[in-house]
Amino acid sequence: MAVVSVLRKACAVNPLKMSQPIGGALAFMGLDNCMPVLHGSQGCTAFGLVLFVRHFREAIPLQTTAMNEVTTIMGGIDNIEQAILNIVKRAKPAIIGICSTGLTETKGDDVDGYLKLIRKKHPELDTLPIVYVSTPDYKDAFQDGWANAVTRIVQQLVEPAPKKIQNQVNILAGSHLSPGDIDEIREIVEDFGLSPIVLPDLSGSLDGHVPEDFSPTTLGGTKVDAVRSMGQSVVTLVLGEHMLSAAVEIGIKAEVPYTVFDRLLGLEANDRFIAFLSEVSGKPVPLKYRRQRSQLVDAMLDGHFFFGGKKIAIGAEPDLLWAISSLLAEMGCEIAVAVTTTLSPMLEKIPAKEVLVGDLEDMEMRAKGCDLLITHSHGRQMAERLAIPFLRMGLPIFDRLGAGHKLGVGYRGTRDLIFEIGNLFLANAHEAGPDTWAPLQEGGSGNGAQAAAH
Amino acid sequence: MAGLTTKVQEVFDEPGCDKNQGKSEKERKKGCTKQLQPGAAAGGCAFDGAKIALQPITDVAHLVHGPIACEGNSWDNRGAKSSGSRLYRTGFTTDINETDVVYGGEKRLFKAIKEILDKYDPPAVFVYQTCVTALIGDDIDALCKAASEKFGKPIIPVNAPGFVGSKNLGNKLAGEALLDHVIGTEEPEYTTPYDINIIGEYNLAGELWQVKPLLDELGVRILSCISGDARYHEVASSHRAKAAMMVCSKAMINIARKMDERYDIPFFEGSFYGISDMSDSLRQIAQLLVQKGAGPDLLERTENLIAREEARAWEMMAPYRERLAGKRVLLITGGVKSWSVVAALQEVGIEIVGTSVKKSTKEDKERIKELMGEDAHMFDDMTPREMYAMLKDARADIMLSGGRSQFIALKAKMPWLDINQERHHAYAGYDGMVALVREIDKALYNPVWEQARKPAPWEAAWQS
Ligand code: SF4
Repeated sequence: MAVVSVLRKACAVNPLKMSQPIGGALAFMGLDNCMPVLHGSQGCTAFGLVLFVRHFREAIPLQTTAMNEVTTIMGGIDNIEQAILNIVKRAKPAIIGICSTGLTETKGDDVDGYLKLIRKKHPELDTLPIVYVSTPDYKDAFQDGWANAVTRIVQQLVEPAPKKIQNQVNILAGSHLSPGDIDEIREIVEDFGLSPIVLPDLSGSLDGHVPEDFSPTTLGGTKVDAVRSMGQSVVTLVLGEHMLSAAVEIGIKAEVPYTVFDRLLGLEANDRFIAFLSEVSGKPVPLKYRRQRSQLVDAMLDGHFFFGGKKIAIGAEPDLLWAISSLLAEMGCEIAVAVTTTLSPMLEKIPAKEVLVGDLEDMEMRAKGCDLLITHSHGRQMAERLAIPFLRMGLPIFDRLGAGHKLGVGYRGTRDLIFEIGNLFLANAHEAGPDTWAPLQEGGSGNGAQAAAH
Repeated sequence: MAGLTTKVQEVFDEPGCDKNQGKSEKERKKGCTKQLQPGAAAGGCAFDGAKIALQPITDVAHLVHGPIACEGNSWDNRGAKSSGSRLYRTGFTTDINETDVVYGGEKRLFKAIKEILDKYDPPAVFVYQTCVTALIGDDIDALCKAASEKFGKPIIPVNAPGFVGSKNLGNKLAGEALLDHVIGTEEPEYTTPYDINIIGEYNLAGELWQVKPLLDELGVRILSCISGDARYHEVASSHRAKAAMMVCSKAMINIARKMDERYDIPFFEGSFYGISDMSDSLRQIAQLLVQKGAGPDLLERTENLIAREEARAWEMMAPYRERLAGKRVLLITGGVKSWSVVAALQEVGIEIVGTSVKKSTKEDKERIKELMGEDAHMFDDMTPREMYAMLKDARADIMLSGGRSQFIALKAKMPWLDINQERHHAYAGYDGMVALVREIDKALYNPVWEQARKPAPWEAAWQS
């Protein structure tokens, strides 16, 4: 439905986008006892670390190969070798995930080749899986880094399995899902008697638990053995379009069919999900979900008064943009501005006239007169300048608590999000005054004048 | 990059920096690219350091030339406050793509500068070099020069790509950029015998404003703060100050020293943290100004103000002294701040059970030793696991550190206080010290600790 345009300006202003390597690193953080490493200069890791710490409010395992000017030019094999050995010595991880950066990609480091040599030299590393993913900063965005890392993980670890385990299913979780979302999805799937392997599983590692001991690596998340056994599942549920290539990969390696759920936000989207689970499991839909569905329908009815005709401006990565814009459109809103970070097949389906691959300056320039802004915390300056209600969604959310538990899936999650957004509309409703219906004046601020101005 | 290499070397040979003078010729040659340990490093890059040092200049556009990583992952994440323009909080980056990597990013950079000037009309644009664009050979020095000529506005190259070294080196390279391209390029509207520069103060959480009213009261004018809450014009005309204070770190020693050399602006090294340090700093400012010709009555007025403020601060802290006496603090901070905070905390009877000196100079370490005694627990490189153990075993009551390590304390169910850049509270001057003590008290005595540490009832039953 939407025309997708990539803006041609030389300077990005107030970036919406974040880089691939940290997207990849976050995916690795969804593995249990993992140490993600950025192959680059130390600053990239420091920035990624700070960003995730502020969002999740959790200790973040993330290392660097600490390249400098000289080692960059000579090639990074020694640094990678040392980094691996140091990490093994200090943290004893079950798996190491390495993401390249702009620096080492520009130089052209052949990390796959390096790893072969390193393995030859260090047979003691034989049992330690090391997954490398190419994630140049100057290409694509965070969501792509996440997707590429997951694809590499399954490529490398999933084992072919002629025999399937009847109730085992794979769940490939996109980067738009919070740890709270993963918990919710797991609960739903388990309620159908299915046993899910979630990859990556941030709900184990970044859900804010207080462990009894200190761990330098991730604590919780998908276990390496669980990833290996994904080939034994009867089906892969693809949550988010960007997880598709990983699903295809599992299919190639182990003949597991897949089904894509491009969003789990909204009534029909969840109906499809629940119906599918019922079919796969051969179990009727539990009463719990019939009730939740009914509550959602009721919330939609109660809420639609306040959503109808509202103009919304959204800045988000493609799959999150798709989910939230679809829900709002289904509630009667107009998606007046849609800005995203990277190209994706989902973009042209977004229920808006135009989708821009751009930045928050583009969003701000177009968002005047909108009733609601939705983007990550970096939208706060724009919201202040435009004096428009602002809902924080996406990553990073560094100026609010509970980002990791924010729910945006399921009947229950949809219901609560409708309430949250509806309350923003209610709290900012324009009350009629004596001048509301006065004839249009220059700079009039009454409701009538505003409506006419749009 | 030949120019840059020389610059790095030059900064490294900084005579004012005893850290380097202590090194042998060969060691010094190796420069700041002290080989970090791959897989066990944690600090920010030189670009990060340069940005920290200059971003507090509020009315200019800070344009980061590089791929999205450098600015996209980090913008608007620092706590420097402004009393005026907000432009410094706008994230500008060339966000270079694959084509730029292949064909060079200079064209895009030039256009980006033009776009910014057209749209935002700042008094200057600061252009930051980063790793990828340095590696492909984009010459930002030459480009900025050309752009300045073409657009008739100062376009300032900040040549501190991440991979040349640490944050600290970045601070210094940022200082060099100011010395080479900004300081001394404009004239102040007027000058007074009471004009000072404050160097190396970033106005985090508004800390400068805890100090400025006192200087105002004394009639001392901050001609330029480099760079907290600064305007471009102030920095550009800062060479007319009579004296300077360099805030307790070697990070910008090069600015202080070279301004002394070039413009005869004497400086001292001081700190606004802690009551006695604050008073010392005021005293030294007054002394330097009087030496340079300010009315000698300034000395007495300063003493009076110090007496009044100290009395007021001690009175405000009195209720906390008893509650905090003997409390044990683990202090993990970027070295330069260590001794200054150590002194401050000891003033209220807090015990420092350990401090990190990873980034401290020899002199810093000496001062810590002076303050904490010979057996001071100075950790060169404390691993998170060790910090955790120390807290978990209750060998410390609270940890003060930067945001990244807060969870080590919280997961050990021990209090923690942010004393780094992203902090929300201002701890400078007399009021700041009172605030710091109040925050420590709040953290230590918050009732959550008791509940959080208690096991669930069923687990308690198991244990007993
Ligand atoms: S290390 Fe280099 S690429 Fe990474 S953030 Fe710093 S300047 Fe940018």
